Amino acid sequence: MSWLIGALIFWALAWGANIWLANGRFRASLSVRIFVPVLFGITILVLWEGVVRAFEVSPVILPAPTQVAETFAASTDLLWQDFEQTVLKGALRGYVIGALAAFLTAVAIDRSAFLTRGLLPIGNFVAALPIVGIAPILVSWFGFDWQSKAAVVVVMVFFPILVNAVQGLRETDAQARDLMRTYAAGYTQSLIKLRLPAALPFVFNGLKIAATLALIGAIVAEYFGSPTRGMGFRISTGVGSLSIDLVWAEIAVAAMAGSALYGAIALIEKRVTFWHPSQRT
Amino acid sequence: MRSVLPVLTVLLVIVGVWWASVAPMNIRVALDMAERGGAEVIPEGALPRREVSVWRLMADNPSHIAAGYTLDRPRLPTPTQVAGELWNTTGAMVERGRAFSRRSLIYHGWITLRSTLWGFLLGTTLGIVGAIAIVYSRVAQMSLLPWAIISQTVPIVALAPMIIVLSNQVGIEGRGVPKAIISAYLCYFPVLVGMVAGLRAPSLSQLDLLKTYSATGLQSFLKLRLPSSVPFLFTSLKVGIAAALVGTIVGELPTGAISGLGARILIGDQFGTPLAIWSALFAAAILAGVLVTLLDVVQRVTLSRMGMRP
Repeated sequence: MSWLIGALIFWALAWGANIWLANGRFRASLSVRIFVPVLFGITILVLWEGVVRAFEVSPVILPAPTQVAETFAASTDLLWQDFEQTVLKGALRGYVIGALAAFLTAVAIDRSAFLTRGLLPIGNFVAALPIVGIAPILVSWFGFDWQSKAAVVVVMVFFPILVNAVQGLRETDAQARDLMRTYAAGYTQSLIKLRLPAALPFVFNGLKIAATLALIGAIVAEYFGSPTRGMGFRISTGVGSLSIDLVWAEIAVAAMAGSALYGAIALIEKRVTFWHPSQRT
Repeated sequence: MRSVLPVLTVLLVIVGVWWASVAPMNIRVALDMAERGGAEVIPEGALPRREVSVWRLMADNPSHIAAGYTLDRPRLPTPTQVAGELWNTTGAMVERGRAFSRRSLIYHGWITLRSTLWGFLLGTTLGIVGAIAIVYSRVAQMSLLPWAIISQTVPIVALAPMIIVLSNQVGIEGRGVPKAIISAYLCYFPVLVGMVAGLRAPSLSQLDLLKTYSATGLQSFLKLRLPSSVPFLFTSLKVGIAAALVGTIVGELPTGAISGLGARILIGDQFGTPLAIWSALFAAAILAGVLVTLLDVVQRVTLSRMGMRP
């Protein structure tokens, strides 16, 4: 019981500290803005640990964070191998191919107002569909290895990026476009100097949405057959053999990979679209 | 209305491309079947044929191309085959009075829809409560919002098998609850973000005006913040319901469920019946379209009643 009481006391203290910090003098400083959510996250881990230890929850149901951390440290080789298979080979390659294809398609259909009007509603509709369902079909077409995972990812990220890029390319106002015309700029010039930069915030929005989709697609596709490695494979077999701590370690890797990918894109966005109003703080 | 013609054109092109790709996708299977039936095929044997490109195969065996459009287990079915299978498992079942038999997609669609709606309800409630907490409490904003964003980078499907094992161990029977949890997880975030933006939509001068009327906090919430968040809410709800449906289907995929559209896809994969997969996929797409359209109609009606234009 002492574990639970300790965890609850920690919770109360941390919550108090957060209230004090959030209403205190330094609430706008960067260190406080980072410290508060971190402390909140640590509190949840401590509570989880306390509950698991106090009620002696079976590790088959819910392993304690320390146990997950131990498993994580003990099986880094395995986790790296799965990470390489699923994220580096499947998700990232599919993401890059899908993003490039969507972007080129967007530029191509942007020349025709007819196509844009016809494609936007359909693209919006397809982006809302449960596309991961096509995973078994693509696995049967492209085989068990990473190629089929990359194919699922390509299809999943294509439409969100396409819709956003097309919308972004139409974003400039008539005045700016007319100005370009008075400079005697051709289509290519006004595309590169005016419309592509204006489209960037939208493109990055699509890229950020697609980052999570890419991981989901790569992992789900592995449920329909994969070589004996990969995060989806490990998770489905780990649940079957009740090695839940390994499953949680994989989930931690997936969360870190997802956050890293999202963070990297957000960082590039900040560097590239620093001029956009949404980046002002 | 202006976009009807372009949309129809694009749809027509998609169907055309689909139709045209059926021939190269299915030629190998068609030739295998023809050879087994005793017909002349160039080159003979499935193994040597693997070395030859599909275009070469089609040029050498023009009389067998048509067979690719009528296969029982095609790699790529034709649009009419998918439409026929959809009709056989929905409309035709209704005509025979067996709309809710286990072979009917109406039954499986209903199972999926039920979990989706429960998850949608749960996720929307969570999102709205979270948004209110974030708008009114600085602590909640500083500690919750970063984690809400991080939670979206966790691929939820990684958690799907876990959640189902967990709820089994805790003693929850059936798969409805875990599926609803997964779809709630996927749909709370758009609602949260939209509602935070919506509740903050009133300008400072509007809030100050209410203060001069000596309105209480609750009154300014009910009469100003809540109404002005409605357009934001509906936009989020449309994203959220689509996400909730994806969540339910993903929840049915890796877990050996036996009913629901996701389970139909899984079973179709295990028994090697591509037509079942395709018809379940299209049923899911139609369901998503109907749900989003319904919300769109409700949005238009509500906003015009409130005197706002959507």
